[in-house]
Amino acid sequence: MLRYAVRRLLFSIPTLLVISFIVFALLDLAPNDPTAQLPLTIPPETRQTIRESLGLGQPFHVRYFRWLTQFMVHEPLNLAERLWRIEIGDSEGRLRVRSWSTRAPVVDLIAARLPQTLTVVVVSYLVAILIAVPVGVFSAYRQYSIFDHVGTFVTTVGFSVPTFFTGTVLIVVFSATLGWLPSIYDTTHRVTDFDSFVYQVRQMVMPVMVLGLYNAAQLSRFTRSAVLDNLNQEYVRTARAKGLTEPVVILVHVLRNSLIPVVTVIALGLPSTFAGAIITEQIFRINGVGQLLIGAIESADIPTVQTVTFIFAVLIVVFNLVADLLYGVLDPRIRYD
Amino acid sequence: MRLKPRPFILTLAAFLLLVSAAMADRGTDGQLKMLYWQAPSILNPFLSGGTKDIHAASLVLEPLARYDENGEMVPALAAEIPTVENGGVAVDLLSITWRLRDDAVWSDGSPFTAADVAFTAAYCMHPEGACSGASRFQDVETVEAVDTHTVRITFKAPMPFPYAPFVGSVSPVIQEKQFAACTGARAPECTEQNFGPVGTGPFKVAEFRPNDIVLYEMNARYRDPDQPAFSSVLLKGGGDAVSAARAVLETGEFDYAWNLQVEPEILAAMAAAGRGEVVSAFGSLVERLVVQLTNSDPALGDRRSTYQDGVNPHPFLSDAAVRRALSMAIDREILVAAGYGPAGRVACSVLPAPAIYASTVNDWCQTQDTAGANKLLDDAGWMRGADGIRAKDGVRLSILYQTSTNSVRQGTQALIKQMWREIGVETELKNINASVFFGGDPSSPDTYQKFYADIQMYTSSFDGTDPQNYMQSWICEEIPGPENQWLGQNIPRYCDAAYDELARSLSKTAGIEARAAIAREMNDRLIGYGALIPLVHRGEVAARALSLGGVRHNAWDTTVWNIQEWHRLK
Repeated sequence: MLRYAVRRLLFSIPTLLVISFIVFALLDLAPNDPTAQLPLTIPPETRQTIRESLGLGQPFHVRYFRWLTQFMVHEPLNLAERLWRIEIGDSEGRLRVRSWSTRAPVVDLIAARLPQTLTVVVVSYLVAILIAVPVGVFSAYRQYSIFDHVGTFVTTVGFSVPTFFTGTVLIVVFSATLGWLPSIYDTTHRVTDFDSFVYQVRQMVMPVMVLGLYNAAQLSRFTRSAVLDNLNQEYVRTARAKGLTEPVVILVHVLRNSLIPVVTVIALGLPSTFAGAIITEQIFRINGVGQLLIGAIESADIPTVQTVTFIFAVLIVVFNLVADLLYGVLDPRIRYD
Repeated sequence: MRLKPRPFILTLAAFLLLVSAAMADRGTDGQLKMLYWQAPSILNPFLSGGTKDIHAASLVLEPLARYDENGEMVPALAAEIPTVENGGVAVDLLSITWRLRDDAVWSDGSPFTAADVAFTAAYCMHPEGACSGASRFQDVETVEAVDTHTVRITFKAPMPFPYAPFVGSVSPVIQEKQFAACTGARAPECTEQNFGPVGTGPFKVAEFRPNDIVLYEMNARYRDPDQPAFSSVLLKGGGDAVSAARAVLETGEFDYAWNLQVEPEILAAMAAAGRGEVVSAFGSLVERLVVQLTNSDPALGDRRSTYQDGVNPHPFLSDAAVRRALSMAIDREILVAAGYGPAGRVACSVLPAPAIYASTVNDWCQTQDTAGANKLLDDAGWMRGADGIRAKDGVRLSILYQTSTNSVRQGTQALIKQMWREIGVETELKNINASVFFGGDPSSPDTYQKFYADIQMYTSSFDGTDPQNYMQSWICEEIPGPENQWLGQNIPRYCDAAYDELARSLSKTAGIEARAAIAREMNDRLIGYGALIPLVHRGEVAARALSLGGVRHNAWDTTVWNIQEWHRLK
């Protein structure tokens, strides 16, 4: 298992290098200009100076290797310095990946925004799991019942209606019409007592539900089919023949076996939830990583786009690995060595 | 020479203080919540140039003088506006001397002096600094501190309008003490300074999260003891224009939202909720069609859309009758009603404001004249073919019409296509992502400078109230082409010796009346020739909550130019 994990980790290094090259090259080749957003009152000569100051005059390979060393070497060193409060080499003169629009180090921008994204993503994913697993199990257990049909309908709708639409509908209903919930996420809000905690819950309800329902739709379908597969197995009949009660048969025997593929799907789905969060954050104005990415795309802030995209790629590679390893842990029949 | 406080002024000041103290007190109105759907990314306007960043910085950083809502200059950090009459501007127009007010202090308590002004000029004029406001200093020879509260700016050539540097929120003063180590190539690396500039304005930065929020608190050292009325300001960014309008007009969560380019019927429906009001102000912004006067045929290869001393004319847009007919066929009132509502007016000039520069010579364009346009084309020999499209000598009136991607612009494009169809002109529409269209990438074929099309549409304006640089955009020298990396501003490739002569005389003439007369004549030549077809004079639209008072919506400076006067209506 350990040997397998190490081998997979080593394998992911060339994968990530290739991804980094593709991400950098694609964004670099795309026609784009960081000065395009400036008012036309700024003359072309000034724009040219600004572009040159951003390093755009240099050849492609120089810029790629500079970005790669900045991201792969300088930033981890900086992180280590900050974590352990030590100094490694020339920390003052070390170049960092800087955003073009804010001129601040991109990694600092991401670090400032990661907690908000993690909160929304993790909470909504938990909500999704809490909704999806019971619904999936019950739909399978009572296959073709009214509950199953309604569940199938709701999950199909939930899966096919895009989050930017459900988000806006929720805002129109709960904020504009009923006035129950705030439509704009207050990023300066701090939880200090019970009342402020209640406010935090209120402002998180809509973004979490939008993202959670979308994921729940997917997961409950997986759970349903996994449970259905297991319900027809011989061991279920054996368990029932032994005289076990239905809750024990379903929740202990069937559910445990059914969860093996579901856990894999959950692990694989987490990175895509980050992607879903991009849109949700934009709608509710949550200052997360996704909003950072959208803003950076709009203002042609290429270093930020490259770095955030690459971090998403790293997440996908890592969670793929986690899913594979989890599979081995959950299912003793699978052996990697 | 230091200003001695005169008894009269002191009495007056004491009186005003009493009166205003009765009206409002500093910091008694709580928090002001503003929503900018384009979030500020940096608070150093010299490193950004983006309008949102200039607005966000203008609560903190102040210029020497700013423009009020009528386009008049009012002193900010200066004691008065220098003019030739009061001796502030040299008679030879080679220098301007600003006297600074002596009661201004930086929010960290250090005194504001002339050295800060001179430092700001050096900061922005540094060749490696890539200052986005550099063009305002392009004619400046030196900026020197004569004494602690007097600054003299010397120009390379006589400047009839010497108010480009340090006037308006686009050209504020930064603190020397804070930015001394941040000049030249080191400028972008000073994140702490760029995110939290120390200023003299009514507010100071308490917290800044790039592309998300700016939290300001009142500057306790602000020179007017009764201002600002709000104790803090939250400027929230992100989202889109429609939901920003909704947050002020419908849900009432915010007090003010800026730059609401939203279809008029949507805004009107939201305003009906009765929580807020839509306000608009008109500056010099004009949505226009730019006419390609050179041949943009792809078959020409490298010579495509280049001027080449006039030997590469457009196959049909070089015909004055065609250009005039295209303009006559447009019903501008429909364009305004469909796309702009209160944020637009019919425009027949590219220089519609300030009022003294506005010309009425081409006001024939205000009413659509399809019959007249058809007759003009008939007389010029452009005959309709079997498909209803006019042609002459094998040249069909078929136009490629491009603009940036934006729902209002695509609506306008569709309407104009229909109007031109009525006069036998065929139109192919194209829209290009704004970051490509307005981007200066010389390798991209889709930039507005390359103009690989027959007609293109966008909006432009000028800083402040003096149109000299703006009107000089259309001199022959400014024609873009491969030889200047397509950096020129004369996008229609218009070249007229008489126009160039007018531009030269504008740069030498002083006196507002004489300058206005020249500028009007330049506009009339340009529009009369048909190099540009003005469509809509665009306003800036914002929304304010009905409980927010003191807003004087301003198109000549930032809309928050008088934020120290904003207050909560009881």
